[in-house]
Amino acid sequence: MKITVNVDDVRYDDDVEPRLLLVHYLREQAGRTGTPIGCDTSNCGACTVLMNGVSVKSCSVLAVQADGAEITTIQGLGNGTAHPLQDAFHEEHALQCGYCTPGMIMAAVDLLRDNPNPTEQEVRDGLEGNLCRCTGYQNIVRAVLKAAGRAEVTA
Amino acid sequence: MTTAETAAREVGRARARKEDARLITGQTNWTDNITLPGLTYVAFVRSPYAHARITGVDLSAAREASGVIAVFSGADFAAEQGSLPCAWPVTEDIVLPDHPAMAVDTVRYAGEIVAAVVARDRYAAADAVELIDVSYEPLEPVLDMEAAVRPDSPKVHEAGNKSYTWTLANGDMDAAFRDAPVVLERTYRQQRLIAEAMEPRAVVCTAVGGEYTMWSSTQIPHILKLMLALVTGIPEQQIRVIAPDVGGGFGSKLQVTAEEVLALLLARKLGRPVKWTESRSEGNVAVHHGRDQIQRIRIAAESDGRLRALDVDLLADMGAYLMLVTPGVPLLGAFMFNAIYKMDAYRFNCTGVFTTKTPTDAYRGAGRPEATYAIEHIMDDLAAELGMDPLEVRELNWIKHEEFPYTTIAGLTYDSGNYEAATAAAKELFRYEELRTEQSARNGDSAQVRLGIGVSTFTEMCGLAPSRVLGSLRYAAGGWENASIRMLPTGKVEVVTGSSAHGQGHETAWSQIVADELGVPFEDIRVLHGDTQVSPRGMDTYGSRSLVVGGTALVVACGKVREKARIIAAGLLEVSPEDLEWADGRWSVRGDPDQGKAIGEIAFAAFAAHDLPDGVEPSLDSDATYDPDNFSFPHGTHLCAVEVDTETGWVQIRSYVAVDDVGVVVNPQIVEGQVHGGIAQGIAQALYEEAAYDSSGNLITTTLADYLVPSAADLPSITTARTTTPSTLNPLGVKGVGEAGTIASTPAVVNAIVDALRPLGVTDVPMPCTPERVWRAIQEARGGAR
Amino acid sequence: MIPAKFDYVRPSSVDEAVRALVSGGDDAKVIAGGQSLLPLLRLRLAYPERLVDLGGLDELRGVRDAGDALEIGAMTTHYELTRNPLIKEHCGLIAETAALIADPAVRHRGTLGGSLAHADPAGDLPAVIAALDATLVARGPSGSRTIKPADFFADFLTTTLAPGEILAAVRVPKLDGWGYRYEKFHVTAQAWAIVGVAAVARRSNGHVAEARVGLTNMGSVPVRAAAVEAAVSGAEASAAALAAAAAHADEGTSPPSDLRAAADYRRHLARVLTGRALAAAAGAS
Repeated sequence: MKITVNVDDVRYDDDVEPRLLLVHYLREQAGRTGTPIGCDTSNCGACTVLMNGVSVKSCSVLAVQADGAEITTIQGLGNGTAHPLQDAFHEEHALQCGYCTPGMIMAAVDLLRDNPNPTEQEVRDGLEGNLCRCTGYQNIVRAVLKAAGRAEVTA
Repeated sequence: MTTAETAAREVGRARARKEDARLITGQTNWTDNITLPGLTYVAFVRSPYAHARITGVDLSAAREASGVIAVFSGADFAAEQGSLPCAWPVTEDIVLPDHPAMAVDTVRYAGEIVAAVVARDRYAAADAVELIDVSYEPLEPVLDMEAAVRPDSPKVHEAGNKSYTWTLANGDMDAAFRDAPVVLERTYRQQRLIAEAMEPRAVVCTAVGGEYTMWSSTQIPHILKLMLALVTGIPEQQIRVIAPDVGGGFGSKLQVTAEEVLALLLARKLGRPVKWTESRSEGNVAVHHGRDQIQRIRIAAESDGRLRALDVDLLADMGAYLMLVTPGVPLLGAFMFNAIYKMDAYRFNCTGVFTTKTPTDAYRGAGRPEATYAIEHIMDDLAAELGMDPLEVRELNWIKHEEFPYTTIAGLTYDSGNYEAATAAAKELFRYEELRTEQSARNGDSAQVRLGIGVSTFTEMCGLAPSRVLGSLRYAAGGWENASIRMLPTGKVEVVTGSSAHGQGHETAWSQIVADELGVPFEDIRVLHGDTQVSPRGMDTYGSRSLVVGGTALVVACGKVREKARIIAAGLLEVSPEDLEWADGRWSVRGDPDQGKAIGEIAFAAFAAHDLPDGVEPSLDSDATYDPDNFSFPHGTHLCAVEVDTETGWVQIRSYVAVDDVGVVVNPQIVEGQVHGGIAQGIAQALYEEAAYDSSGNLITTTLADYLVPSAADLPSITTARTTTPSTLNPLGVKGVGEAGTIASTPAVVNAIVDALRPLGVTDVPMPCTPERVWRAIQEARGGAR
Repeated sequence: MIPAKFDYVRPSSVDEAVRALVSGGDDAKVIAGGQSLLPLLRLRLAYPERLVDLGGLDELRGVRDAGDALEIGAMTTHYELTRNPLIKEHCGLIAETAALIADPAVRHRGTLGGSLAHADPAGDLPAVIAALDATLVARGPSGSRTIKPADFFADFLTTTLAPGEILAAVRVPKLDGWGYRYEKFHVTAQAWAIVGVAAVARRSNGHVAEARVGLTNMGSVPVRAAAVEAAVSGAEASAAALAAAAAHADEGTSPPSDLRAAADYRRHLARVLTGRALAAAAGAS
């Protein structure tokens, strides 16, 4: 099936199998390997991207369902300069192995879009769909609060 | 020349990480990202039975399918696949069965590989897998360890279900237990866990002209290279193993796997590059599992709480096969049940048992969380028995600060520690006295939500390990680590380390160490690792060893660089080497500091080699291989407060304080991150996780929908702090930290739950302490009344 | 990990969708948000040969004020359910519950109709729809029809939608002035409810004039706790009285025993959580 997808400001025209997962399309046909795959039941959130401005788990979207859509991956954030969340993750040591990080950052982008001034609990709840095995989330939460411009972050 | 004489500017700094640049921008190099011309894709057929004879494998339909290049069954590999290695046969008479990468006639766990498809892409491979028809004659599964060791049990292997029995004993147990005023006996269950590193495993392998290159999501590229050579017979120098970016390990990627061996053999057979990428549900059955012990613990004590003796008897579930260090994992705990306490006698006995389940092996802590859980749990029971405060009974028994170095009843010599300081700091941060007061006020019998306070004072043995000790334990390899410093002509530095980070930030921390040792800017250093062609010598990363062993190797190597530089500097300055002193990256004349050479200048001079002293090699580059003399013994005190809703069994962690002593800290942010992550996994074991099997031996928790890994919404913010008692065992004064948080936290949480419920008659809640289990423990204590 | 092959059609009208389903027969399946279906396909637990994607059917989106009820299009996402002003005003229980489903990214795709048609008794919205006494509107080859929840949910993952029928909308009576609460008891935030209780209550003079209670995961379909509803009618709006009524919560249920919980614990939870949900809905202390 023919689809047209805009990925990180580049237009792609392709003919794909209906069953092709969006995440595979992004990684293998659009060359956006920055978005990883972590599970097969949409629990881990590593594959989170923005689709038409809101977060989706790209493993649970078919590429054909993204026909006509605008996708932003971790590699499309920031337009050449670092996004405040990327800076905050770096400063607050909010990543260790980095595998969950693209999805975590994209989920956080969406969280702050939806709720620009979240409480700590709202950050924790807003990231419930993104699993990390390395950090224990403590610094991730700090980083998101920092990016949101919150003066007080948790100890 | 020691570190103490060099101004430490980088060590101790919370440097943001060099690794982050690629990780936060998605410019990563995970194994699954790797594409090569002509790459083919492998998918495996796995047994749906826990125990069965394979009576037939029909590959014909799969062979005809579109895009399928080749299909194989065990018979195709029987002659060449050898046996997956076990590098730790812990006893001379250990039962160590063959472990084919692809099962030939018998499967012994659900998930064991029985066939492979190689196809043009992963979608074709996934389709073809369903066309392979395997017929089985089911045999009886063996799922319960206690049943497995009975003579009437069905056998997992011909030689029986007991793999080994291993004992450590010191002191007169009989005397200690005889007439002991207090004897407690408990049975605890360490449930089976799945590491769930966020990156599923992947392997890419090429075979070109007898040269093999393997990329693998592994913690152990060096060990893997050696093992692949030993297993397949391919000459070791013909194999290159690369661990590119690796998304977490936690011990689960400390392995030589069927998939890696088969990828190698497939690449060789087909003469094409192959890739295999695991799915999460595949990984849950195929990656080795962690923990899984039945622990019988007895202590004998005086009526004032002083410990006399500790007796530990374990049944440890090996799973269906012994993998790389499977039988040794419980032994790492053998030296840790006595923990931080003094006593007169100790006995540890462990029986490794086969079951028809996924093999077990290392998972964060590997034997030590199991040990710490048992001793910290029974110490709380002892406190309750005697009406003592749990911290009081611990302090009565622990090694006093002034008693270090101290040789324990298990035979280890702890170099340094200060349990008093860590505990005092933790109590204050936690507001311990205040919380106990609140607890007394609130916890009348009818209180529906009860406050519990859990204590965990731990130490651990890490920095694996002194090679002689490993040899004495019959581990096949050593525990050294290698570092290689290359001084480039422009004054920049390449550091080649044998460690293999998968999230631990070595590129940053090693840069900090070398920056101080050589007086070179942090930014001018690049750390290379993970590729056996780039870093030819190493013993890889696990067991919280890399900083202690690898970091020390760096220091030693840097010392050699400085000494070589001294000779060359003396030549350039026309003075005697003894006239020079080192400061801030320069060798300069004592008393005339303007007369000196910076290390970068010396490096260029070595490169140009125009006027070196006679006999001096034109190079500052230096190697060091460091073998530690002892393990490393970080310690800490963790305190956990929980609110338990007795109506539903719901447990809420109200506060958690961790005060850890990991010696000198190179990068406090990295250390803190390791503690956070370790605690998260330990809490998850206490509350959420279990690899559950059904009565047929199929893993039920095959996905993250069923195996519950907590999210940020499920975990509390924790308070961390440190005390610093430097190690006396290495020039940096460092101790390991990677596993400490996990080791400490599980008993802190479970002890808190039990503490909340003891007044109701509850003495234990089996892990994971789900709301249902908590509720049931309460019901049972109340005599079944609702 | 990778679904088996299927054909895919993306109709641009409901009639076209119905025709595509009819012609596909048993092998055709609707895909809405795909958040329940795609994991099943990836694990190869289902092998539809044709997927009919309702994503292009804007006529099935949105919330309309229909006088004494709201008409919610079946393709309305969970996210929209949490944000829609009409829903928040007139049946806030739906907004509160939708916010507890899965996680934000899943809620951006998952739909009301998809959840209901999937009919997983561990899903949260079926019990809510039952408690609200909503009316489901189906459109199929024989035209349009309405179905009450008790007649819609037939069994585990099974509805009474006829071949070729799709869920088009859900009509929810406005319950202005009623209190509500969805109590979702789950071990982790991502986990399915072990038990869930949807309660709506109308107060009058410090008493509960009327209440409706729907139970999640207490059987193969969502269950109305009829005995509770009878017992609570006219009861004092106090925690004690409501707990007494809630003691009937597990009557007529057949909760499963599974990895997450045994049946007896579920029964106990149903009673406890129904008391709590009623207390919250009735504004009792």
